[in-house]
This record gives sequence, structure tokens and C-alpha cells, in this order.
Amino acid sequence: MSKFKKKKGGELPAISTASLPDIVFMLLFFFMVATVMRDNTLMVENKLPAADQVQKLDKKDRVIYIYAGKPSSRYKTKYGNQAKIQLNDKFSVVSDVGAYVLAERATKREELQNVLTTALKVDGETNMGLISDIKQELRKVNALKINYTTRIGNYSQNY
Amino acid sequence: MARKSPEVNAGSMADIAFLLLIFFLVTTTIETDSGINRKLPPMDEIIDPPVIKERNIFTVVVNKNNMILVEEKLMDLSDVRSSAVKFLDNGGGVGEEECTYCEGEKDRSSSDNPEKAIISLKNDRETDYKVYISVQNELVAAYNELRDREFTKKFPNDRMTFVEANKMYSDPRTSVKVKTSLKPKLDEIKKMFPQKLSEAEPNKK
Repeated sequence: MSKFKKKKGGELPAISTASLPDIVFMLLFFFMVATVMRDNTLMVENKLPAADQVQKLDKKDRVIYIYAGKPSSRYKTKYGNQAKIQLNDKFSVVSDVGAYVLAERATKREELQNVLTTALKVDGETNMGLISDIKQELRKVNALKINYTTRIGNYSQNY
Repeated sequence: MARKSPEVNAGSMADIAFLLLIFFLVTTTIETDSGINRKLPPMDEIIDPPVIKERNIFTVVVNKNNMILVEEKLMDLSDVRSSAVKFLDNGGGVGEEECTYCEGEKDRSSSDNPEKAIISLKNDRETDYKVYISVQNELVAAYNELRDREFTKKFPNDRMTFVEANKMYSDPRTSVKVKTSLKPKLDEIKKMFPQKLSEAEPNKK
């Protein structure tokens, strides 16, 4: 009888929290590894069109990014509803593209300067006129390797 | 005072945590961008443009209402791929221009051989980008379809298609030995069906 009494009186042992730091570190490491840092904050809508005949883009240090699309809802009142080009962190006009590409090219390592790709991350709803203008600018500065960045998917998703 | 029940040994917790950490480290792949690679023509004007026969050009026009005109006929996007394949694979040339590996209809009024065949893609300034990309995608798919066919026909021992082989070639994990054996094969197929896709400048308004 006394045996049972003793047990009931005993407190619940505290759960050891010694492993909590490990778990936290594990989560931390996981997120550190899995997160992709975004270099630019997007100021344009960027719903990429879908395609399935795609090739992977080169390493990040060999790519120059150009974004284009309608200004996102935050900037709509200030910049209007027309599709715009975003270079680095600001809206730009077509004539800035050449200078931007040259400036970006100059920051890259010398041996990479000839193998750079320009990735066009353009919203699906944009008119081709803007893209043609960008392409003309790229031709002027001899940045001929381009990549139309897309989502992977069937073309029927574009409609 | 009651006898305390023994505490759970937490010594192995760290090991479990590290095990999980390493598991995630190995399995997560950081998302990479992918897209359609293209090469723009150089800016300098060609003084004496080569004469290209009309039958060797396959014109695709996307107008401002996003309608697709292939060889001046209205066409649905789903048919673009097959008609591009038909054009590229036609092999209507005779004598020196004969295409020995083509399986097409050998129509005299269509392309002579794939090395001569050019696809010209033209768009309007008001064409939607997504439609343009869809058309580009289908045209690249036509080239890939034919290259796949030739690759599996020529190198059946590799048990893969051109696209798979190309992917393997550009994968940094592939060993140098495999790469050097793949390179001549890929080049050979690329020479059989060169990707001559011209993006014309849009109509000026």
C-alpha cells in the first residue's frame, strides 16, 4: 500500500531542455542553406511565362538580370500602370539599359566578362515592344547572349 | 521525498540533430533559374546579305491580337510544333543539297535541307510576351524533337535523348570522361539540325 502512495506523491520529472539549442541550430542551418537571397527587391509584377524547352541558367556570377513588368501595386499610384524596366533597385528607361549592362560587366571578373548572359525576367503580360527595345539596347553594347527566364510548365498555362 | 525517476538521457539528441542537419544539407537543392537561351545577332549591318530562297524560310508572325500566322496562314499554337517539324524535316533538295537523314515529304516547294532551313519569327510591338515565349518554346521544341530522333537513331547504345544528353553535358556533376565522349555526339546532331531561328525586328509603327 505504501508503495503506491510514494509514487503518487512524487513530482513529474522536468523535461530536459538540453537538446533545445541543437534543434534551434538545426533549423537555423537548414534555413540558412535553403534560402535563396534575392539581390533586388522586386518593384514590378513578375509572373514569368511558362515554357518546357528550357535550359538551366549559368552560375549566378555570370548573369546580369533585367526585370520588366507593370509596377507592383505599391508603386502603381506613383509610377502608373505602364510596363517598366527595373534595373538594380530602381525603375529605368530603355536608354539606361546599355549603360547598366556595361557597368555590371565591369564589376565582374575579367575572365567572365566574355561569357556573361543577360537574363530577362519579364512579366507575361508585357508588350513585346518593350522587350524589342531592350534587345536593341543589348545589341548596341554587344551583350548578345540572352535568356528569357521562364517558369517550367506547359504553354497552355500562359492563357 | 519520493525517489526521482531517472531523467531521459539527452546526450544523443545532438547526434540526431546533426544527422537531420546533414540530411537536409544533402537533399536540398537551391532553386536555380531556367529559361530559353537565345543569341542576338550582332549590331553591325551586313552589307551584302546572303540570298535565301523563299522556300527555305518558315515565317511565323504573331500579330498584336496574339494571333499566329504561319506561312501566311492562321494557325493554332498547338499545331505550330508539328508544322515546324514538317518544314525542317522536309529535305526537298536534290543532288548536293540532298538530305539523307530526313524523313519528310521531300516537297520541292518546302525547305531543301535542315542546314538551309531558317525559321523567322516576327512579332508586333503589342504582342504579349507570354504568347511570344509560347511560340518560341514550340519552335525550340520542334528542333529538340528532331534532334532527339536523330540522337536515338545514331547512338542507340546511350539510351537517352538529345535533350537528356545535353542536360547531362551541362551538369557540373558529370565527369570529364563522360563529357568528352558526349561532346562530339552532341556537336554532330547540332550540325544535322542547326538551330537557325531568327528573331526579326518588329514592325515599326
